[in-house]
Amino acid sequence: MDIKDIIKEENLVYSKTKVLTDNIMHYCPGCTHGVVHKILAEVIDELNIQEKTIGVTPVGCAVLAYNYLHIDWQEAAHGRAPAVATAINRLYPEKYVFTYQGDGDLASIGAAEIIHACNRGEKMMVIFINNGIYGMTGGQMAPTTLEGMPTATSPYGRDVKMTGQPLKITELIAQLPGTCYVTRQAAHTPAAVRKLKKAITKALENTGKKKGTSFIEVVSTCNSGWKLSPVKSNEWMVEHMFPYYPLGDMKDE
Amino acid sequence: MAELKLMKGNEAIAEAAIRCGCDGYFGYPITPQSEVMETLMARKPWEETGMVVLQAESEVAAINMVYGGAGCGKKVMTSSSSPGVSLKQEGITYIAGAELPCLVVNVVRGGPGLGTIQPAQSDYFQATKGGGHGDYRLIVLAPASVQEMYDFVELGFDLAFKYRNPVQIQSDGVIGQMMEKVTVGDFKPRLTNEEVIKRYGSWATTGKPASRERNIITSLDLDAYRQEQFNLKLQRKYKEIEEKEVRFEKIACDDADYLLVAYGSSSRICQKAIEIAREKGIKVGLLRPITLFPYPTKAIQAMLGQVKGILAVEMSAGQMVEDVRLAVEGKVKVQHYGRMGGVIPTPNEVVKALEEQIIKG
Repeated sequence: MDIKDIIKEENLVYSKTKVLTDNIMHYCPGCTHGVVHKILAEVIDELNIQEKTIGVTPVGCAVLAYNYLHIDWQEAAHGRAPAVATAINRLYPEKYVFTYQGDGDLASIGAAEIIHACNRGEKMMVIFINNGIYGMTGGQMAPTTLEGMPTATSPYGRDVKMTGQPLKITELIAQLPGTCYVTRQAAHTPAAVRKLKKAITKALENTGKKKGTSFIEVVSTCNSGWKLSPVKSNEWMVEHMFPYYPLGDMKDE
Repeated sequence: MAELKLMKGNEAIAEAAIRCGCDGYFGYPITPQSEVMETLMARKPWEETGMVVLQAESEVAAINMVYGGAGCGKKVMTSSSSPGVSLKQEGITYIAGAELPCLVVNVVRGGPGLGTIQPAQSDYFQATKGGGHGDYRLIVLAPASVQEMYDFVELGFDLAFKYRNPVQIQSDGVIGQMMEKVTVGDFKPRLTNEEVIKRYGSWATTGKPASRERNIITSLDLDAYRQEQFNLKLQRKYKEIEEKEVRFEKIACDDADYLLVAYGSSSRICQKAIEIAREKGIKVGLLRPITLFPYPTKAIQAMLGQVKGILAVEMSAGQMVEDVRLAVEGKVKVQHYGRMGGVIPTPNEVVKALEEQIIKG
């Protein structure tokens, strides 16, 4: 059989979504961001909402997310993405607005903005990447850093007597009546990727139906910050992160 | 139809916003400017014009909502008073860096810190020299009457969109709280989404159609040389603003031997001071900067052959006086007179200061 007989429309099993750009991602090899970006782009494509979607990027590793998805974007100041998205949602209620934020951005410096946007039930999706570390600035302690976990600013491991317990902000968010869907997912296995894709689809559908805020935490790895190989990082995440940040839906109304 | 109304300065801001087709107001309560949001909430413009009014959880959130709305090509604004405007500085520098149009109103009160709720003009440096980080400028309008509070809302939006630059109305507790008659203009409709796309679709995030590349609102460029080029572009814009947008008023300057320079409520006090001084035979005039940036430097320089001395009158320890001195370059005597902490100088105090610091001194 000649190769030309194989390359046919009916044999096509995969093609890159048109929503993803051809730019080379700046993320470290093994980073979770790339996987989540791709899933997000695929869902936007499948729901056919590319022209109606406006994303808000954070300060952190995902600050440059606007280089990777062919949609309109605004880059917010550190932690302020939910406030920026609030105005976009109020002024363009027919659009699909989402924020994409890391743990330092969302759970630390932007804790007020995310709590109040979710409490107001802004009609938007929040993707919250929790890898327990500040990646872009070089691996400092995040509000979600696990007890005993060494980072650049907790070199002997996080001392919870000094800095408090790792913040389960998603559990807090789930208490807010403005949220309609709150879930914690991961992206480390094909099965997890499929579940995450379903969650993002549901969240964007909720946004279209103007149900309230949909909030998806993605427990993620930062192999550079964690100083582990990508494979070891996934193992470490399963062993240490999942027991403290258990996966699953917290709210689905 | 234009109507004559009696209103507070803060109420005039709200009324003007509704009537000039503002799309969104995002604010947080603080004295002495809370009437802006209170008036809007009582008026319910969302029923009248579709304007969004939202009380944000913080000053920080409010200015970032302004960033989001401005990034969509919408006509959006916020208002606050000094401590609140300090909190907004992060958002303002991002707005300047992303080249977004918006209107910020500062009804200044005395500082530093929590200070007082009484009027002051001690935020001149913050407004005109860049209160946030980086090399940026705001266009700063200084109203001296309730009518100007009203008029400068539309003017502010026009300038903001013309230059894609944040505009600040630098008022104070006197102008915000006092009541005067105001001629209000006709209602102007808000732009439709289609009109927004037509006018600002080349940069605003209105949703990416297949026909264009994605629009990105950002102030980030990690490449130093590109970032420098962008900064040079901003500087060219500020230069153009300095050339084209200077506004000022001259009162009794034609035969003046001495000059008062004052803006906002101080300029109102100085008008009375001029009357008192002239009754005493002192020929004094007033130059009132209407734009604090760009500053009427050339207008002051044009008076140098004529006047023997200049007194800058501000409710501060002496901030604007530095711009007067930069204009004068030591050619005539320049002194400052001001009160601080919410104390308002009387016209007689100003005349006395003119006599003692300029004429005798």
